[in-house]
Amino acid sequence: MDATENNIVLQLRKVRKIFARDSVDKIIALNGVDLDVYDRDFVTVIGSNGAGKSTLLNIVAGVFPPERGGMVIIKGHDVTNLPEHKRAAYVGRVWQEPAVGTAGKLTIEENLCLALLRKHPRGLSSAIDKQRRQQFREQLASLGLGLEDRLNTPVKNLSGGQRQALALVMATIGNPAILLLDEHVATLDPRTAQTVLQLTAEIVHREQMAAIMVTHNMEVALRYGKRLVMMHKGRIVVDIGETDKKALTVTDLIAAFEQAAGEKFLDDTILLSSQE
Amino acid sequence: MDTIASVLSVSLYEGLVFGLVTIGVYLTFRFLTFPDLSVDSTFTLGGAIAGVLIVNGVNPFVATLGAFAGGLCAGLVTGFLNTELRISALLAGILMMVGLYSVNLRIMGGANVPLLREVNSFDVVAGLLGLGGGMVSSIIFVALVVLVFFLILNWFLRTEIGLALRATGDSEQMVRSLGTDTNKTVLLGCALSNGLVALAGALVAQNQGFSDVGMGIGMIVMGLAAVIIGEGLFHPKGIAPILLACLGGTFVYRLFLTIALRLGMPPGDLKLVTALLVIVVLAIPYVQKRLRHEWMPPAQRL
Repeated sequence: MDATENNIVLQLRKVRKIFARDSVDKIIALNGVDLDVYDRDFVTVIGSNGAGKSTLLNIVAGVFPPERGGMVIIKGHDVTNLPEHKRAAYVGRVWQEPAVGTAGKLTIEENLCLALLRKHPRGLSSAIDKQRRQQFREQLASLGLGLEDRLNTPVKNLSGGQRQALALVMATIGNPAILLLDEHVATLDPRTAQTVLQLTAEIVHREQMAAIMVTHNMEVALRYGKRLVMMHKGRIVVDIGETDKKALTVTDLIAAFEQAAGEKFLDDTILLSSQE
Repeated sequence: MDTIASVLSVSLYEGLVFGLVTIGVYLTFRFLTFPDLSVDSTFTLGGAIAGVLIVNGVNPFVATLGAFAGGLCAGLVTGFLNTELRISALLAGILMMVGLYSVNLRIMGGANVPLLREVNSFDVVAGLLGLGGGMVSSIIFVALVVLVFFLILNWFLRTEIGLALRATGDSEQMVRSLGTDTNKTVLLGCALSNGLVALAGALVAQNQGFSDVGMGIGMIVMGLAAVIIGEGLFHPKGIAPILLACLGGTFVYRLFLTIALRLGMPPGDLKLVTALLVIVVLAIPYVQKRLRHEWMPPAQRL
Protein backbone atom coordinates (compact mmCIF):
# COMPACT_ATOMS: atom_id res chain seq x y z
CA MET A 1 0.00 0.00 0.00
CA ASP A 2 1.71 3.18 -1.11
CA ALA A 3 0.57 6.15 0.88
CA THR A 4 1.01 8.97 -1.59
CA GLU A 5 -1.27 11.86 -0.73
CA ASN A 6 -3.30 11.95 -3.91
CA ASN A 7 -4.74 8.46 -3.80
CA ILE A 8 -6.13 8.73 -0.28
CA VAL A 9 -9.91 8.92 -0.42
CA LEU A 10 -10.75 9.10 3.27
CA GLN A 11 -8.69 10.11 6.27
CA LEU A 12 -9.97 9.87 9.82
CA ARG A 13 -7.80 11.49 12.45
CA LYS A 14 -8.22 11.11 16.23
CA VAL A 15 -11.93 10.53 15.83
CA ARG A 16 -13.75 10.17 19.12
CA LYS A 17 -17.49 10.07 19.74
CA ILE A 18 -19.16 10.10 23.13
CA PHE A 19 -22.89 9.66 23.68
CA ALA A 20 -24.85 10.66 26.81
CA ARG A 21 -21.76 12.48 28.03
CA ASP A 22 -23.02 13.73 31.38
CA SER A 23 -24.85 10.66 32.53
CA VAL A 24 -24.03 7.36 34.16
CA ASP A 25 -24.83 5.72 30.84
CA LYS A 26 -22.00 7.58 29.10
CA ILE A 27 -20.86 5.62 26.09
CA ILE A 28 -17.52 6.10 24.37
CA ALA A 29 -18.60 4.84 20.96
CA LEU A 30 -15.36 5.79 19.21
CA ASN A 31 -12.19 6.18 21.18
CA GLY A 32 -9.51 7.61 18.93
CA VAL A 33 -9.88 6.13 15.45
CA ASP A 34 -7.29 6.83 12.76
CA LEU A 35 -8.03 5.33 9.40
CA ASP A 36 -6.82 5.91 5.85
CA VAL A 37 -8.86 4.51 3.01
CA TYR A 38 -7.18 4.54 -0.37
CA ASP A 39 -8.47 4.73 -3.91
CA ARG A 40 -10.22 1.45 -4.86
CA ASP A 41 -9.85 0.16 -1.32
CA PHE A 42 -12.67 -2.20 -0.33
CA VAL A 43 -12.55 -2.37 3.45
CA THR A 44 -14.68 -4.81 5.41
CA VAL A 45 -15.26 -3.80 9.02
CA ILE A 46 -16.11 -6.40 11.60
CA GLY A 47 -16.74 -6.17 15.32
CA SER A 48 -19.28 -7.11 17.95
CA ASN A 49 -22.29 -5.04 18.99
CA GLY A 50 -21.18 -1.73 20.45
CA ALA A 51 -17.72 -1.88 18.88
CA GLY A 52 -18.39 1.40 17.08
CA LYS A 53 -18.89 0.19 13.49
CA SER A 54 -22.10 2.08 12.81
CA THR A 55 -20.85 5.16 14.64
CA LEU A 56 -17.82 5.10 12.36
CA LEU A 57 -20.01 5.12 9.26
CA ASN A 58 -22.22 7.86 10.72
CA ILE A 59 -19.13 10.01 11.31
CA VAL A 60 -17.98 9.51 7.72
CA ALA A 61 -21.49 10.24 6.39
CA GLY A 62 -21.83 13.33 8.57
CA VAL A 63 -24.88 12.25 10.56
CA PHE A 64 -23.06 13.78 13.53
CA PRO A 65 -19.62 15.37 13.89
CA PRO A 66 -16.78 13.77 15.87
CA GLU A 67 -15.70 15.22 19.22
CA ARG A 68 -13.48 18.31 19.08
CA GLY A 69 -10.00 17.49 17.82
CA GLY A 70 -11.14 14.77 15.45
CA MET A 71 -10.96 15.23 11.69
CA VAL A 72 -12.70 13.75 8.67
CA ILE A 73 -11.04 14.43 5.33
CA ILE A 74 -12.48 13.15 2.07
CA LYS A 75 -10.45 13.56 -1.15
CA GLY A 76 -8.40 16.25 0.53
CA HIS A 77 -11.44 18.29 1.65
CA ASP A 78 -11.91 18.78 5.36
CA VAL A 79 -15.57 17.78 5.79
CA THR A 80 -15.47 17.43 9.58
CA ASN A 81 -18.19 20.01 10.14
CA LEU A 82 -20.19 19.56 6.95
CA PRO A 83 -23.74 18.30 7.61
CA GLU A 84 -24.89 15.08 6.02
CA HIS A 85 -26.72 16.60 3.06
CA LYS A 86 -23.63 18.56 2.04
CA ARG A 87 -21.52 15.39 1.92
CA ALA A 88 -23.74 13.67 -0.61
CA ALA A 89 -21.22 14.41 -3.37
CA TYR A 90 -18.60 12.42 -1.47
CA VAL A 91 -20.54 9.67 0.25
CA GLY A 92 -22.95 7.01 -1.03
CA ARG A 93 -24.64 4.86 1.56
CA VAL A 94 -26.72 1.71 1.84
CA TRP A 95 -28.48 0.91 5.12
CA GLN A 96 -29.52 -2.31 6.72
CA GLU A 97 -33.23 -1.62 6.14
CA PRO A 98 -34.30 -1.46 2.47
CA ALA A 99 -37.00 1.02 3.52
CA VAL A 100 -34.34 3.52 4.64
CA GLY A 101 -32.21 3.51 1.49
CA THR A 102 -35.10 3.78 -0.97
CA ALA A 103 -38.32 5.80 -0.97
CA GLY A 104 -41.17 3.28 -1.17
CA LYS A 105 -43.89 5.52 -2.57
CA LEU A 106 -41.72 6.88 -5.36
CA THR A 107 -41.10 4.93 -8.53
CA ILE A 108 -37.78 3.30 -9.40
CA GLU A 109 -36.85 6.09 -11.81
CA GLU A 110 -37.77 8.79 -9.30
CA ASN A 111 -35.55 7.16 -6.68
CA LEU A 112 -32.68 6.93 -9.15
CA CYS A 113 -33.18 10.54 -10.17
CA LEU A 114 -32.78 11.76 -6.59
CA ALA A 115 -29.56 9.78 -6.34
CA LEU A 116 -28.26 11.03 -9.69
CA LEU A 117 -28.51 14.60 -8.45
CA ARG A 118 -26.23 14.04 -5.48
CA LYS A 119 -23.60 16.47 -6.74
CA HIS A 120 -26.01 19.10 -8.05
CA PRO A 121 -28.37 21.47 -6.30
CA ARG A 122 -31.96 20.50 -6.99
CA GLY A 123 -33.65 22.87 -9.39
CA LEU A 124 -37.02 23.50 -10.93
CA SER A 125 -36.38 21.58 -14.10
CA SER A 126 -38.31 18.42 -14.78
CA ALA A 127 -36.81 15.57 -12.74
CA ILE A 128 -37.13 12.82 -15.34
CA ASP A 129 -36.28 13.20 -19.00
CA LYS A 130 -35.53 10.79 -21.84
CA GLN A 131 -31.78 10.97 -21.39
CA ARG A 132 -31.93 10.20 -17.67
CA ARG A 133 -34.45 7.42 -18.23
CA GLN A 134 -32.06 5.82 -20.74
CA GLN A 135 -29.20 6.10 -18.26
CA PHE A 136 -31.30 4.48 -15.50
CA ARG A 137 -32.30 1.67 -17.83
CA GLU A 138 -28.66 0.90 -18.59
CA GLN A 139 -27.65 1.07 -14.93
CA LEU A 140 -30.45 -1.28 -13.90
CA ALA A 141 -29.86 -3.69 -16.78
CA SER A 142 -26.40 -4.38 -15.39
CA LEU A 143 -28.04 -5.81 -12.26
CA GLY A 144 -29.72 -8.53 -14.29
CA LEU A 145 -32.88 -8.38 -12.18
CA GLY A 146 -35.23 -7.10 -14.87
CA LEU A 147 -35.76 -3.83 -13.01
CA GLU A 148 -34.99 -1.85 -16.16
CA ASP A 149 -38.45 -2.71 -17.48
CA ARG A 150 -40.17 -1.54 -14.31
CA LEU A 151 -39.01 2.07 -14.10
CA ASN A 152 -42.50 3.26 -13.21
CA THR A 153 -43.11 0.70 -10.46
CA PRO A 154 -43.39 2.13 -6.95
CA VAL A 155 -40.40 0.84 -5.01
CA LYS A 156 -42.58 -0.52 -2.20
CA ASN A 157 -43.76 -3.21 -4.62
CA LEU A 158 -40.25 -4.66 -4.94
CA SER A 159 -38.85 -7.46 -2.78
CA GLY A 160 -36.30 -6.71 -0.07
CA GLY A 161 -33.45 -8.01 -2.23
CA GLN A 162 -34.53 -5.95 -5.23
CA ARG A 163 -34.82 -2.87 -3.04
CA GLN A 164 -31.31 -3.38 -1.66
CA ALA A 165 -29.96 -3.88 -5.18
CA LEU A 166 -31.65 -0.64 -6.19
CA ALA A 167 -30.28 1.07 -3.07
CA LEU A 168 -26.81 -0.08 -4.15
CA VAL A 169 -27.22 1.45 -7.59
CA MET A 170 -28.54 4.64 -5.98
CA ALA A 171 -25.58 4.81 -3.60
CA THR A 172 -23.10 4.54 -6.46
CA ILE A 173 -24.82 6.59 -9.19
CA GLY A 174 -23.41 10.10 -9.59
CA ASN A 175 -19.91 8.93 -8.61
CA PRO A 176 -19.51 9.57 -4.88
CA ALA A 177 -15.94 9.17 -3.60
CA ILE A 178 -16.71 6.45 -1.11
CA LEU A 179 -19.43 3.87 -0.63
CA LEU A 180 -20.63 3.03 2.89
CA LEU A 181 -22.41 -0.29 3.42
CA ASP A 182 -23.99 -0.67 6.83
CA GLU A 183 -24.78 -4.39 7.23
CA HIS A 184 -26.74 -4.02 4.03
CA VAL A 185 -27.56 -7.71 3.62
CA ALA A 186 -28.44 -8.39 7.26
CA THR A 187 -32.21 -8.41 6.71
CA LEU A 188 -32.09 -10.58 3.58
CA ASP A 189 -32.43 -14.34 3.36
CA PRO A 190 -29.07 -16.16 2.87
CA ARG A 191 -29.46 -16.71 -0.87
CA THR A 192 -30.56 -13.15 -1.61
CA ALA A 193 -27.79 -11.90 0.68
CA GLN A 194 -25.30 -13.83 -1.48
CA THR A 195 -26.67 -12.26 -4.64
CA VAL A 196 -26.58 -8.74 -3.23
CA LEU A 197 -23.05 -9.25 -1.90
CA GLN A 198 -21.95 -10.50 -5.32
CA LEU A 199 -23.55 -7.43 -6.91
CA THR A 200 -21.82 -5.24 -4.36
CA ALA A 201 -18.43 -6.67 -5.26
CA GLU A 202 -19.13 -6.26 -8.98
CA ILE A 203 -20.32 -2.67 -8.64
CA VAL A 204 -17.43 -1.62 -6.41
CA HIS A 205 -15.01 -3.18 -8.90
CA ARG A 206 -16.69 -1.65 -11.94
CA GLU A 207 -17.10 1.85 -10.51
CA GLN A 208 -13.53 1.65 -9.17
CA MET A 209 -14.58 3.33 -5.96
CA ALA A 210 -13.49 3.05 -2.37
CA ALA A 211 -15.92 1.20 -0.09
CA ILE A 212 -16.35 0.44 3.58
CA MET A 213 -18.59 -2.52 4.36
CA VAL A 214 -19.68 -3.16 7.92
CA THR A 215 -20.72 -6.74 8.61
CA HIS A 216 -21.46 -9.06 11.49
CA ASN A 217 -20.43 -12.06 9.53
CA MET A 218 -16.77 -13.13 9.69
CA GLU A 219 -16.87 -15.25 6.56
CA VAL A 220 -18.39 -12.40 4.59
CA ALA A 221 -15.69 -10.11 5.94
CA LEU A 222 -13.04 -12.59 4.84
CA ARG A 223 -14.50 -13.43 1.44
CA TYR A 224 -15.26 -9.91 0.26
CA GLY A 225 -13.09 -6.84 0.09
CA LYS A 226 -9.36 -6.23 -0.13
CA ARG A 227 -8.76 -5.18 3.41
CA LEU A 228 -10.16 -6.18 6.78
CA VAL A 229 -10.54 -3.98 9.82
CA MET A 230 -11.69 -5.26 13.19
CA MET A 231 -13.10 -2.91 15.79
CA HIS A 232 -13.37 -3.37 19.53
CA LYS A 233 -14.60 -0.92 22.15
CA GLY A 234 -14.40 2.07 19.87
CA ARG A 235 -10.94 1.32 18.48
CA ILE A 236 -9.51 -0.35 15.43
CA VAL A 237 -7.65 -3.36 16.82
CA VAL A 238 -6.86 -5.30 13.65
CA ASP A 239 -6.13 -3.95 10.16
CA ILE A 240 -5.15 -6.55 7.57
CA GLY A 241 -4.15 -5.65 4.02
CA GLU A 242 -4.80 -7.39 0.70
CA THR A 243 -1.93 -9.87 0.61
CA ASP A 244 -2.40 -11.14 4.17
CA LYS A 245 -6.18 -11.17 3.88
CA LYS A 246 -6.20 -13.76 1.09
CA ALA A 247 -4.82 -16.50 3.31
CA LEU A 248 -6.74 -15.44 6.40
CA THR A 249 -9.09 -17.81 8.24
CA VAL A 250 -11.60 -17.28 11.03
CA THR A 251 -9.14 -18.86 13.49
CA ASP A 252 -6.37 -16.47 12.37
CA LEU A 253 -8.72 -13.57 12.84
CA ILE A 254 -9.61 -14.56 16.38
CA ALA A 255 -5.95 -15.00 17.22
CA ALA A 256 -5.12 -11.60 15.73
CA PHE A 257 -7.93 -10.06 17.72
CA GLU A 258 -6.82 -11.60 21.00
CA GLN A 259 -3.27 -10.49 20.47
CA ALA A 260 -4.24 -6.94 19.60
CA ALA A 261 -7.00 -6.39 22.13
CA GLY A 262 -5.15 -8.19 24.90
CA GLU A 263 -8.20 -10.15 25.92
CA LYS A 264 -10.02 -13.38 25.11
CA PHE A 265 -12.36 -13.36 22.17
CA LEU A 266 -15.71 -13.94 23.80
CA ASP A 267 -18.27 -12.76 21.33
CA ASP A 268 -20.45 -15.71 20.37
CA THR A 269 -22.57 -13.66 18.01
CA ILE A 270 -19.71 -13.19 15.58
CA LEU A 271 -18.62 -16.83 15.77
CA LEU A 272 -22.15 -18.09 15.38
CA SER A 273 -22.96 -15.78 12.52
CA SER A 274 -19.90 -17.04 10.67
CA GLN A 275 -21.64 -20.39 10.36
CA GLU A 276 -24.78 -19.06 8.69
CA MET B 1 -84.63 17.30 -11.28
CA ASP B 2 -83.98 20.78 -10.01
CA THR B 3 -83.05 19.37 -6.61
CA ILE B 4 -80.54 17.00 -8.13
CA ALA B 5 -79.01 19.80 -10.20
CA SER B 6 -78.74 22.06 -7.19
CA VAL B 7 -77.29 19.30 -4.98
CA LEU B 8 -74.72 18.53 -7.66
CA SER B 9 -73.81 22.15 -8.28
CA VAL B 10 -73.43 22.90 -4.56
CA SER B 11 -71.25 19.79 -4.17
CA LEU B 12 -69.23 20.71 -7.24
CA TYR B 13 -68.55 24.20 -5.93
CA GLU B 14 -67.65 22.89 -2.47
CA GLY B 15 -65.66 19.98 -3.87
CA LEU B 16 -63.49 22.44 -5.79
CA VAL B 17 -63.00 25.10 -3.12
CA PHE B 18 -62.51 22.65 -0.23
CA GLY B 19 -60.48 20.48 -2.60
CA LEU B 20 -57.73 23.07 -2.14
CA VAL B 21 -57.80 22.24 1.60
CA THR B 22 -57.63 18.52 0.81
CA ILE B 23 -54.64 19.00 -1.50
CA GLY B 24 -52.96 21.00 1.27
CA VAL B 25 -53.64 18.26 3.79
CA TYR B 26 -52.31 15.68 1.31
CA LEU B 27 -49.03 17.61 0.94
CA THR B 28 -48.25 17.43 4.65
CA PHE B 29 -49.86 14.14 5.65
CA ARG B 30 -48.82 12.02 2.72
CA PHE B 31 -45.74 13.61 1.11
CA LEU B 32 -44.08 14.80 4.31
CA THR B 33 -45.70 12.38 6.82
CA PHE B 34 -46.18 15.55 8.87
CA PRO B 35 -49.60 15.49 10.59
CA ASP B 36 -50.17 19.25 10.52
CA LEU B 37 -53.30 20.01 12.55
CA SER B 38 -52.96 23.80 12.22
CA VAL B 39 -55.23 23.62 9.15
CA ASP B 40 -58.37 24.61 11.12
CA SER B 41 -56.78 27.91 12.07
CA THR B 42 -54.96 28.68 8.82
CA PHE B 43 -58.26 28.29 6.96
CA THR B 44 -59.74 30.96 9.23
CA LEU B 45 -56.54 32.99 8.85
CA GLY B 46 -57.14 33.12 5.11
CA GLY B 47 -60.72 34.27 5.62
CA ALA B 48 -59.65 36.85 8.19
CA ILE B 49 -56.86 38.35 6.07
CA ALA B 50 -58.97 38.51 2.92
CA GLY B 51 -61.95 39.92 4.83
CA VAL B 52 -60.04 42.70 6.56
CA LEU B 53 -58.14 43.66 3.40
CA ILE B 54 -61.36 43.85 1.37
CA VAL B 55 -63.13 45.91 4.02
CA ASN B 56 -60.18 48.29 3.92
CA GLY B 57 -60.60 48.81 0.21
CA VAL B 58 -57.92 46.48 -1.14
CA ASN B 59 -58.64 44.88 -4.52
CA PRO B 60 -60.36 41.54 -3.72
CA PHE B 61 -57.95 39.52 -5.87
CA VAL B 62 -54.98 41.11 -4.14
CA ALA B 63 -56.70 40.39 -0.80
CA THR B 64 -57.09 36.73 -1.82
CA LEU B 65 -53.41 36.52 -2.72
CA GLY B 66 -52.63 38.21 0.60
CA ALA B 67 -54.50 35.41 2.37
CA PHE B 68 -52.45 32.87 0.41
CA ALA B 69 -49.25 34.62 1.53
CA GLY B 70 -50.49 34.69 5.14
CA GLY B 71 -51.06 30.93 4.97
CA LEU B 72 -47.56 30.42 3.54
CA CYS B 73 -46.09 32.30 6.52
CA ALA B 74 -48.17 30.37 9.07
CA GLY B 75 -46.99 27.12 7.48
CA LEU B 76 -43.39 28.31 7.67
CA VAL B 77 -43.83 28.89 11.41
CA THR B 78 -45.30 25.41 11.92
CA GLY B 79 -42.39 23.92 9.96
CA PHE B 80 -39.92 26.04 11.90
CA LEU B 81 -41.29 24.80 15.24
CA ASN B 82 -40.67 21.27 14.06
CA THR B 83 -37.38 21.50 12.15
CA GLU B 84 -35.53 24.13 14.17
CA LEU B 85 -37.00 23.79 17.67
CA ARG B 86 -37.51 20.02 17.35
CA ILE B 87 -41.11 20.17 18.56
CA SER B 88 -42.99 17.10 17.34
CA ALA B 89 -45.04 17.66 14.20
CA LEU B 90 -48.30 16.83 15.93
CA LEU B 91 -47.65 19.27 18.77
CA ALA B 92 -46.32 22.00 16.46
CA GLY B 93 -49.60 21.85 14.51
CA ILE B 94 -51.71 21.91 17.66
CA LEU B 95 -49.75 24.87 19.08
CA MET B 96 -50.22 26.79 15.84
CA MET B 97 -53.91 25.93 15.77
CA VAL B 98 -54.37 27.28 19.31
CA GLY B 99 -52.12 30.31 18.92
CA LEU B 100 -53.56 31.38 15.57
CA TYR B 101 -57.06 31.49 17.07
CA SER B 102 -56.05 34.61 19.02
CA VAL B 103 -54.16 36.00 16.03
CA ASN B 104 -57.28 35.60 13.87
CA LEU B 105 -59.38 37.46 16.45
CA ARG B 106 -56.80 40.27 16.47
CA ILE B 107 -56.70 40.47 12.67
CA MET B 108 -60.48 40.72 12.43
CA GLY B 109 -60.77 42.92 15.51
CA GLY B 110 -63.69 40.77 16.61
CA ALA B 111 -65.36 37.43 16.05
CA ASN B 112 -66.36 38.18 12.47
CA VAL B 113 -66.09 40.55 9.51
CA PRO B 114 -69.22 41.08 7.39
CA LEU B 115 -68.46 41.31 3.66
CA LEU B 116 -71.94 41.43 2.17
CA ARG B 117 -71.71 45.09 1.25
CA GLU B 118 -68.22 44.81 -0.25
CA VAL B 119 -67.33 43.92 -3.81
CA ASN B 120 -65.54 40.55 -3.62
CA SER B 121 -63.71 38.57 -6.27
CA PHE B 122 -66.77 36.40 -7.00
CA ASP B 123 -68.74 39.58 -7.84
CA VAL B 124 -65.98 40.78 -10.13
CA VAL B 125 -65.80 37.44 -11.95
CA ALA B 126 -69.60 37.25 -12.24
CA GLY B 127 -69.56 40.75 -13.70
CA LEU B 128 -66.85 39.81 -16.22
CA LEU B 129 -68.76 36.70 -17.25
CA GLY B 130 -72.02 38.64 -17.38
CA LEU B 131 -73.70 36.03 -15.19
CA GLY B 132 -74.91 38.24 -12.38
CA GLY B 133 -73.54 36.28 -9.43
CA GLY B 134 -75.17 32.83 -9.46
CA MET B 135 -73.78 29.40 -8.64
CA VAL B 136 -72.55 28.96 -12.20
CA SER B 137 -70.14 31.88 -12.06
CA SER B 138 -68.96 30.82 -8.58
CA ILE B 139 -68.16 27.36 -9.94
CA ILE B 140 -66.38 28.81 -12.94
CA PHE B 141 -64.28 31.10 -10.74
CA VAL B 142 -63.19 28.42 -8.23
CA ALA B 143 -62.64 25.97 -11.09
CA LEU B 144 -60.23 28.47 -12.66
CA VAL B 145 -58.39 28.98 -9.35
CA VAL B 146 -58.18 25.23 -8.79
CA LEU B 147 -57.00 24.71 -12.38
CA VAL B 148 -54.19 27.22 -11.92
CA PHE B 149 -52.97 25.55 -8.72
CA PHE B 150 -53.48 22.10 -10.18
CA LEU B 151 -51.20 22.99 -13.09
CA ILE B 152 -48.61 24.61 -10.82
CA LEU B 153 -48.51 21.65 -8.42
CA ASN B 154 -48.60 19.10 -11.23
CA TRP B 155 -45.49 20.77 -12.62
CA PHE B 156 -43.75 21.56 -9.34
CA LEU B 157 -44.12 18.12 -7.75
CA ARG B 158 -42.39 16.56 -10.76
CA THR B 159 -39.40 18.90 -10.63
CA GLU B 160 -36.20 17.95 -8.87
CA ILE B 161 -37.17 19.94 -5.77
CA GLY B 162 -40.70 18.53 -5.87
CA LEU B 163 -39.28 15.02 -6.06
CA ALA B 164 -37.13 15.62 -2.97
CA LEU B 165 -40.19 17.01 -1.17
CA ARG B 166 -42.25 13.92 -2.02
CA ALA B 167 -39.48 11.58 -0.87
CA THR B 168 -39.06 13.38 2.48
CA GLY B 169 -41.94 11.58 4.18
CA ASP B 170 -40.82 8.22 2.81
CA SER B 171 -37.22 8.19 3.97
CA GLU B 172 -35.85 11.39 5.39
CA GLN B 173 -32.53 9.66 6.03
CA MET B 174 -32.17 8.76 2.37
CA VAL B 175 -33.13 12.21 1.12
CA ARG B 176 -30.51 13.82 3.35
CA SER B 177 -27.84 11.32 2.32
CA LEU B 178 -28.56 12.20 -1.31
CA GLY B 179 -27.94 15.89 -0.77
CA THR B 180 -31.22 17.56 0.15
CA ASP B 181 -31.68 19.41 3.42
CA THR B 182 -34.94 17.83 4.59
CA ASN B 183 -35.55 20.74 6.97
CA LYS B 184 -36.01 22.89 3.89
CA THR B 185 -38.37 20.47 2.14
CA VAL B 186 -40.47 20.28 5.32
CA LEU B 187 -40.62 24.08 5.53
CA LEU B 188 -41.53 24.33 1.87
CA GLY B 189 -44.20 21.65 2.11
CA CYS B 190 -45.81 23.11 5.23
CA ALA B 191 -45.82 26.59 3.68
CA LEU B 192 -47.42 25.41 0.42
CA SER B 193 -49.97 23.32 2.28
CA ASN B 194 -51.13 26.13 4.55
CA GLY B 195 -51.03 28.63 1.70
CA LEU B 196 -53.57 26.51 -0.19
CA VAL B 197 -55.70 26.11 2.93
CA ALA B 198 -55.72 29.86 3.60
CA LEU B 199 -56.56 30.51 -0.05
CA ALA B 200 -59.60 28.27 0.31
CA GLY B 201 -60.56 30.16 3.48
CA ALA B 202 -60.34 33.47 1.62
CA LEU B 203 -62.58 32.19 -1.20
CA VAL B 204 -65.15 30.67 1.17
CA ALA B 205 -65.35 33.89 3.22
CA GLN B 206 -65.96 35.97 0.12
CA ASN B 207 -68.59 33.63 -1.26
CA GLN B 208 -70.52 33.33 2.02
CA GLY B 209 -70.26 37.06 2.66
CA PHE B 210 -68.41 37.07 5.97
CA SER B 211 -65.30 35.90 7.78
CA ASP B 212 -65.85 34.21 11.08
CA VAL B 213 -63.44 33.05 13.75
CA GLY B 214 -65.09 29.62 13.79
CA MET B 215 -65.22 29.08 10.01
CA GLY B 216 -62.23 26.74 9.99
CA ILE B 217 -63.46 24.35 12.64
CA GLY B 218 -63.48 20.81 11.30
CA MET B 219 -61.34 21.57 8.22
CA ILE B 220 -58.61 19.13 9.22
CA VAL B 221 -61.16 16.35 9.70
CA MET B 222 -62.76 17.20 6.37
CA GLY B 223 -59.37 17.25 4.65
CA LEU B 224 -58.36 13.89 6.08
CA ALA B 225 -61.73 12.36 5.31
CA ALA B 226 -61.50 13.62 1.71
CA VAL B 227 -57.94 12.29 1.34
CA ILE B 228 -59.02 8.88 2.60
CA ILE B 229 -62.14 8.81 0.42
CA GLY B 230 -60.17 9.95 -2.63
CA GLU B 231 -57.50 7.30 -2.11
CA GLY B 232 -60.05 4.62 -1.30
CA LEU B 233 -62.19 5.29 -4.37
CA PHE B 234 -59.59 6.16 -7.00
CA HIS B 235 -56.30 4.46 -5.93
CA PRO B 236 -54.30 7.26 -7.57
CA LYS B 237 -50.84 6.55 -9.00
CA GLY B 238 -48.85 9.56 -10.15
CA ILE B 239 -49.08 13.25 -9.39
CA ALA B 240 -52.02 14.35 -11.54
CA PRO B 241 -54.16 11.38 -10.42
CA ILE B 242 -53.34 12.16 -6.77
CA LEU B 243 -54.40 15.79 -7.16
CA LEU B 244 -57.57 14.71 -8.98
CA ALA B 245 -58.30 12.10 -6.29
CA CYS B 246 -58.08 14.88 -3.66
CA LEU B 247 -60.64 16.91 -5.60
CA GLY B 248 -62.80 13.85 -6.27
CA GLY B 249 -62.68 12.76 -2.65
CA THR B 250 -63.74 16.21 -1.51
CA PHE B 251 -66.59 16.24 -4.03
CA VAL B 252 -67.90 12.87 -2.86
CA TYR B 253 -67.58 13.95 0.77
CA ARG B 254 -69.45 17.22 0.21
CA LEU B 255 -72.03 15.40 -1.92
CA PHE B 256 -72.87 13.08 0.97
CA LEU B 257 -73.11 15.98 3.39
CA THR B 258 -75.33 18.00 1.03
CA ILE B 259 -77.63 15.02 0.48
CA ALA B 260 -77.81 14.41 4.22
CA LEU B 261 -78.77 18.05 4.77
CA ARG B 262 -81.36 17.96 1.97
CA LEU B 263 -82.88 14.84 3.50
CA GLY B 264 -83.62 16.98 6.51
CA MET B 265 -80.86 15.76 8.76
CA PRO B 266 -80.07 18.33 11.45
CA PRO B 267 -76.65 20.00 10.90
CA GLY B 268 -75.50 18.64 14.26
CA ASP B 269 -75.65 15.09 12.87
CA LEU B 270 -73.27 15.84 9.99
CA LYS B 271 -70.19 15.03 12.06
CA LEU B 272 -71.56 11.51 12.49
CA VAL B 273 -72.10 11.28 8.73
CA THR B 274 -68.45 12.28 8.24
CA ALA B 275 -67.24 9.66 10.70
CA LEU B 276 -69.41 6.91 9.17
CA LEU B 277 -68.32 7.82 5.66
CA VAL B 278 -64.62 7.52 6.56
CA ILE B 279 -65.23 4.26 8.43
CA VAL B 280 -67.03 2.76 5.44
CA VAL B 281 -64.31 3.78 2.97
CA LEU B 282 -61.58 2.42 5.25
CA ALA B 283 -63.42 -0.79 6.05
CA ILE B 284 -64.47 -1.77 2.50
CA PRO B 285 -61.05 -3.03 1.32
CA TYR B 286 -60.61 -4.90 4.59
CA VAL B 287 -64.01 -6.58 4.36
CA GLN B 288 -63.35 -7.48 0.71
CA LYS B 289 -60.09 -9.14 1.64
CA ARG B 290 -61.77 -10.95 4.52
CA LEU B 291 -64.38 -12.33 2.15
CA ARG B 292 -61.63 -13.58 -0.16
CA HIS B 293 -59.86 -15.11 2.85
CA GLU B 294 -56.73 -13.08 2.17
CA TRP B 295 -54.15 -12.64 4.86
CA MET B 296 -54.23 -9.24 6.60
CA PRO B 297 -51.45 -7.77 8.72
CA PRO B 298 -52.34 -6.84 12.31
CA ALA B 299 -53.98 -3.48 12.92
CA GLN B 300 -51.72 -0.42 13.01
CA ARG B 301 -51.74 1.85 16.03
CA LEU B 302 -49.95 4.89 14.69
